[in-house]
Amino acid sequence: MMDEPRGSAVEILLVEDNPGDVRLTQEALKESKVTNNLYIAGDGVEALAFLRKEGEYADMPHPDLILLDLNLPKKDGRELIEEIKSNEELKRIPVVVLTTSKAEEDIMQMYDRHANCYITKPIDFDQFIEVVRSIENFWLTIVKLPSD
Amino acid sequence: MYDQERGSPVEIFLVEDNPGDVRLTEEALKESKVLNNLHVAMDGVEAMEYLKRQGKYSDAPHPDLILLDLNLPKKDGREVLEEIKADEDLRRIPVVVLTTSKAEEDILRMYDQHANCYITKPIDFDQFIEVVRSIENFWLSIVKLPPV
Repeated sequence: MMDEPRGSAVEILLVEDNPGDVRLTQEALKESKVTNNLYIAGDGVEALAFLRKEGEYADMPHPDLILLDLNLPKKDGRELIEEIKSNEELKRIPVVVLTTSKAEEDIMQMYDRHANCYITKPIDFDQFIEVVRSIENFWLTIVKLPSD
Repeated sequence: MYDQERGSPVEIFLVEDNPGDVRLTEEALKESKVLNNLHVAMDGVEAMEYLKRQGKYSDAPHPDLILLDLNLPKKDGREVLEEIKADEDLRRIPVVVLTTSKAEEDILRMYDQHANCYITKPIDFDQFIEVVRSIENFWLSIVKLPPV
């Protein structure tokens, strides 16, 4: 929108265990004006393996943006953000927390751990898609990502 | 839009030395659906005095969101960001870097220092106002800001 388009697709990693939310996010991102690839990790351990390019993830791209749920199997999103933001290779990747939790403690703790922003998931489907579109529009067309 | 059930206006702190950009930001924010107050500091030293409530700023409200230019008199925005993010009382306030700099070094360094997002200012007036509106819409009506 404001800038010359980037040459390659934006690589987005969604860390989410709810298949319904995964599908809605896919749908919303498919309509983006900015070419993007969405990768899914269904739990925190898989997410970390993806980010560290371990095992089957050896050829996976370095994500430009991470969408992170908090309540995840195996390793919680709260732990995951701590590992991402304390890792020299990963800490500059913007992390958008996208969760059902409205707990003040979570909001404060995630900002203290350097989440780039915190968004609560609307329960309504259409509103959920609207929110993902807002994230897409803001982070893919307004913001300069570190990988741009 | 989804969640602004907060009773009080959003306090926005703009650190910007260019009077033209201050004025455009004021104009764009005046049209916001979300009640907000804009406070302005024109150099980095004044910004830190404001944030630490020193001297004439002893009654200044704690900002909910900071818009930070990088090239500032007296104390640079790069230093201001570092001080904010190293301060236990200030670090959770989201900082939107809004600058003319497109230098890759600045983009990477600001994300490494935990800027919440990095945006380059368009030179065109209308586009500048559009960008401020996007920031306003995303951070004031989509994001959950940290509770004060």
